[in-house]
Amino acid sequence: MDLAEAPARAPRTAAAYKSSYKPIWCPGCGDFSVLSAITKALAKLDLTPENVAVVSGIGCSSRIPAYTSCYGFHGVHGRALAAATGLKVARPDLTVLVTGGDGDGYSIGGNHFLHACRRNVDLTYVVMDNHVYGMTKGQPSPTTEPDWDSKLSPGGTGVRAFHPLVIALASGANFVARAFSGDPNGTAEVIAQAIVHPGFSFVEVLSPCVTFRPEQRDWKDAVHPAPVEATDDPARAARRIMTDDGFNLGVLYKGNRAPYKGYPAPARAGVADLEKEFEL
Amino acid sequence: MTADAASSLDAFFAAAIAMEEEAAQRYEEFADAMDTHNNAEVASMFRRLAAVEARHADELMAQRGWTALPLMPRIEFEGCEGPETTPADAVHYLMTPWHALSLALANEERAVRFFEQLARSTTDETVRRAALEFKAEEEEHVVLVREWMGRVEKPPVDWAVDPDPPRYTD
Ligand SMILES: Cc1ncc(C[n+]2csc(CCOP(=O)(O)OP(=O)(O)O)c2C)c(N)n1
Ligand code: SF4
Repeated sequence: MDLAEAPARAPRTAAAYKSSYKPIWCPGCGDFSVLSAITKALAKLDLTPENVAVVSGIGCSSRIPAYTSCYGFHGVHGRALAAATGLKVARPDLTVLVTGGDGDGYSIGGNHFLHACRRNVDLTYVVMDNHVYGMTKGQPSPTTEPDWDSKLSPGGTGVRAFHPLVIALASGANFVARAFSGDPNGTAEVIAQAIVHPGFSFVEVLSPCVTFRPEQRDWKDAVHPAPVEATDDPARAARRIMTDDGFNLGVLYKGNRAPYKGYPAPARAGVADLEKEFEL
Repeated sequence: MTADAASSLDAFFAAAIAMEEEAAQRYEEFADAMDTHNNAEVASMFRRLAAVEARHADELMAQRGWTALPLMPRIEFEGCEGPETTPADAVHYLMTPWHALSLALANEERAVRFFEQLARSTTDETVRRAALEFKAEEEEHVVLVREWMGRVEKPPVDWAVDPDPPRYTD
């Protein structure tokens, strides 16, 4: 057949980005809708699945790569951003998404979070924040409220909660947004914008853990769209984010810092060259 | 909802089909989750509900003579998702078929209100007539789901009690 006559390919649907593995999350978990939002965002941008890599650490939320049809790397707890940074610098042609939870990203991976923001490599980091370690059965995380009383933290930790959006902004993230899993279409829109925006894009998704934090079902009544457009002024964005109620949804900051691309790519080394490098 | 769906008959159908498809996908997602959690009875109930919604979407496509949805601006529903879509957090791994049907009932009732409001707000006479037709159809679904609920067992009061719960933090 003459290729010129071949019919144009129909745009991909969200289903094209889902794998045949069925999520094992608890029914009702917010992460289902984040998966749906990610696949909708990829469909909206009509990206080729094999040109997208989804990198994660460990946690319920970190299971996402297996549920997509993209390349995936389900890595080490807290190290998703390090792996993704290496991947993006080595393969700048790929769209690299990083996914995980508040425990993975802000506790054990907290240091990587700061430096990923600072480095500003062109990644999109989607954190499913449920203010708890879901996978390990309900320990408090850095975003847990200090007075959250549970058997594992009687009377609450008494420790001030971490503010990921302010920290991302102060550390140099080039795009900062908050979304809510109960609005998968709105979340898809934000993630699509985050992917398109150059540099390090941080999307914090409030994603209820219905098993260990069932009260988070009430988040759907608390969230509301941000009343103002995104700003490119970090000082203004910081003031807004620090003073909002934590349920303001939308793109809050869009900067224009040039992404870090790593060193210029060396000429492609062959296997023999690599072997030589490791010669004793 | 949406000024868009009320603006022309094509936009109205596109919105109605998108609604049915979204509802079907959510039921499918629930069915998979219930299968994973060994709740086969509810899984098959959600699967049936998904099939019903998917069939409605196909029928509407055929009625319009479409093979693919026309490109339309994003449809804004009141609330986050379409009126027939069950909220993602409304399920529980120990739920019963009766619970699944009560979610379906709430969805159908929301759909009735949605088309009613659309019929009231549109200035396009063809859209108004179609919206009233769809409203009447959704009312029939409400009756059907109510009847269906009458045929399944009501859950015991302790349906959510798990002798070996995943949760031990309270
Ligand atoms: C090095 C290491 N330390 C600790 C753990 C145990 N661990 C697994 S997941 C997890 C926390 C997960 O919480 P979060 O990232 O918030 O994800 P969620 O399960 O809530 O989605 C911990 C501490 C581990 N797997 N590896
Ligand atoms: S434990 Fe919480 S975070 Fe993990 S799958 Fe269940 S609801 Fe989701």
